Amino acid sequence: MTIDTTPKMRWWDRLAHPGQFLAWTGYLVWPLIILTALLFALGLYFAFFNSPADYQMGDTVRIMYVHVPSAWLSQFVYGAMAVSALGTLVWRHPMADVSMKAAAPLGAAFTAMALFTGSMWGRPTWGTFWEWDGRMTSTLVLLFIYLGIIALWRAFDDQLRAARVIAVFTLVGAVNVPIIKFSVDWWSTLHQPASVFRADGPTMPPSLLIPLFIMFFAFTFLFITLQVVTMRTEVRRRRVITLERKAARETGA
Amino acid sequence: MNGFSGILRRELRLALAGGGDMLTLVLFFVITGALVPFAVGPDRELLARIAPGIVWIAAFLAMLMGLDRLLRPDREDGTLALYRLADLPLSAILAAKVIVHWLTSALPLILAAPFLALILGMDPQTFWRTLLSLLLGTPALAAFGTFGAAVTVAIRRGGLLAPILIAPLCVPVLIFGVGAISPLGGPDQAGAALLLLAALSLMACALSPFAAAFAIDWGEE
Amino acid sequence: MTQRQVYPEISLVAEGLACGRGGHALAADIAIALAPGQGLLLRGPNGAGKSTLLLTLAGLLPPLAGSIRYAGHDAEAGPALHYCGHRNGVRARLGVAQTLDFWAGLNGRTGLSIAAALEEVGLAGAAGLDAGYLSAGQQRRLALARLLVTRRPLWLLDEPSAALDTAGQALLARLLADHLARNGLAVIATHDAIAVPDLSVLTLGEAA
Repeated sequence: MTIDTTPKMRWWDRLAHPGQFLAWTGYLVWPLIILTALLFALGLYFAFFNSPADYQMGDTVRIMYVHVPSAWLSQFVYGAMAVSALGTLVWRHPMADVSMKAAAPLGAAFTAMALFTGSMWGRPTWGTFWEWDGRMTSTLVLLFIYLGIIALWRAFDDQLRAARVIAVFTLVGAVNVPIIKFSVDWWSTLHQPASVFRADGPTMPPSLLIPLFIMFFAFTFLFITLQVVTMRTEVRRRRVITLERKAARETGA
Repeated sequence: MNGFSGILRRELRLALAGGGDMLTLVLFFVITGALVPFAVGPDRELLARIAPGIVWIAAFLAMLMGLDRLLRPDREDGTLALYRLADLPLSAILAAKVIVHWLTSALPLILAAPFLALILGMDPQTFWRTLLSLLLGTPALAAFGTFGAAVTVAIRRGGLLAPILIAPLCVPVLIFGVGAISPLGGPDQAGAALLLLAALSLMACALSPFAAAFAIDWGEE
Repeated sequence: MTQRQVYPEISLVAEGLACGRGGHALAADIAIALAPGQGLLLRGPNGAGKSTLLLTLAGLLPPLAGSIRYAGHDAEAGPALHYCGHRNGVRARLGVAQTLDFWAGLNGRTGLSIAAALEEVGLAGAAGLDAGYLSAGQQRRLALARLLVTRRPLWLLDEPSAALDTAGQALLARLLADHLARNGLAVIATHDAIAVPDLSVLTLGEAA
């Protein structure tokens, strides 16, 4: 891979070089960790001690502070992956590959967390761990897509080649996710038109909204932090593999 | 268009010469459907109620089963590399593949569907609706399937991967496919489902050859 | 058959070419300049990157560095090259003539007729057979016949003489000589001797 070393390098191009990426994001990791920790401390304090219990659901409503941000991230991470996929295909940005690969397990984890907290919440409120409600179902399908993408990453030997193929699949998935969501909503209203449970009703008192808002940011920054750290690990892993191959060739020759 | 029809002829000839493949697929479809009564019990009423779902699931699985034979043999004998150097664009070749995939793995199932409908005790009206929804929905499955095969063709042991990848994307096809049959939401909803199913098929057939061509071009060594 | 078709004059120019798989270069800094009517033999030990270079020239692999140009080629006229790799692209269940007809339909019937091409490679008697009944050498002859039914000026051949008997090697040499005489170009990776005069040689992997 040749690197263009003209003096006018934009941050974009600078990030394109793995070594530069490591150097630049090195400064970011600790501030991100501290910011995330602070947001979580604040958010959890509000969530546990400074927000009222629901008059119907009692203390179980506090699951919402984990559930809603995870559910948001399960979709946001897919968006990040789709943008990275565009970066791979359109701009051939080397870090976009890495970003796409790093995001998939994170997205799967957040989606699984959204499902898990959703069913924990569903047990006391619906009386069952799993309800075939529109949201839960489309989140489950999203989890399957994430897991499929992770399986695809693992199946390829050559990660550079994998990146472009998976980028195409990710984009096709991105076109499909709204269709899946629409179809699942259509399906769930068809089968149970009466009681559709809504987690975030339009009217929510500020005492619930403020902690939710903080947790929202805390989770988003958690994702960003994990994404940056995972990308750094992946860059290093690739470097190690390259060095190992080189060493193997030199001893072999 | 000489080359396009040439591919259709070649693939059909191969499918008919190796007639075993198509027969296996039909058998898989019929056996899957026929296994359900053993699992849920010979309750005629229950079976008749879930028959459209059974037929659709069986068709869905059977079409996913056939994916590995769609592009992998072409890759293994070097034909796929030559396709990329052909006069015809790769996307056109893959469009032909979608058609062939539908003709060899969906059409036989649709032809075998009456047998399954009979043993599951479907009433005639439901049966005709099932046939219609299969006819409208299976092109989308063929298109998604071709895309899945293209994504996994470069992987040496990608046999089971394509079905795993494609199944979640095909959820809408299944939903609208069965929704177009079952009288749950009333005739209005069933009609809407039928239209949505047709829209899905059209869109998938139009776009998937291009997506599949991208995946092959960028994924091949 | 009497009148000789001549190709448009195309030359192949590759400069500073590096090729390899998975981001790792097998062969680097390759310069190739082929004028119409010239053939190039690629030589070198196993693993030197001969096949990879051919795939790169064919455009089936992206070059890691450098450029490949087909000077004088009109992009409107379709692909300029034939690639013939280790794998013959022959399906056992399909007839010999059917296989050839399929490729002619796909790539354009600009060359010999199916019957003439089969005659040329010595498979005229097998036209109605399934390709699965052919021996490895005969399948390779069928793969070579594919180059005859569609005229393309550049041939990229990877071990074309593998599995060919003495008569087959002579046939290959005759086809190549004829191809070059029509202003065609050829790049051939092989370990065998090819009885065609005036082939230049590029050896890969020596003291890399």
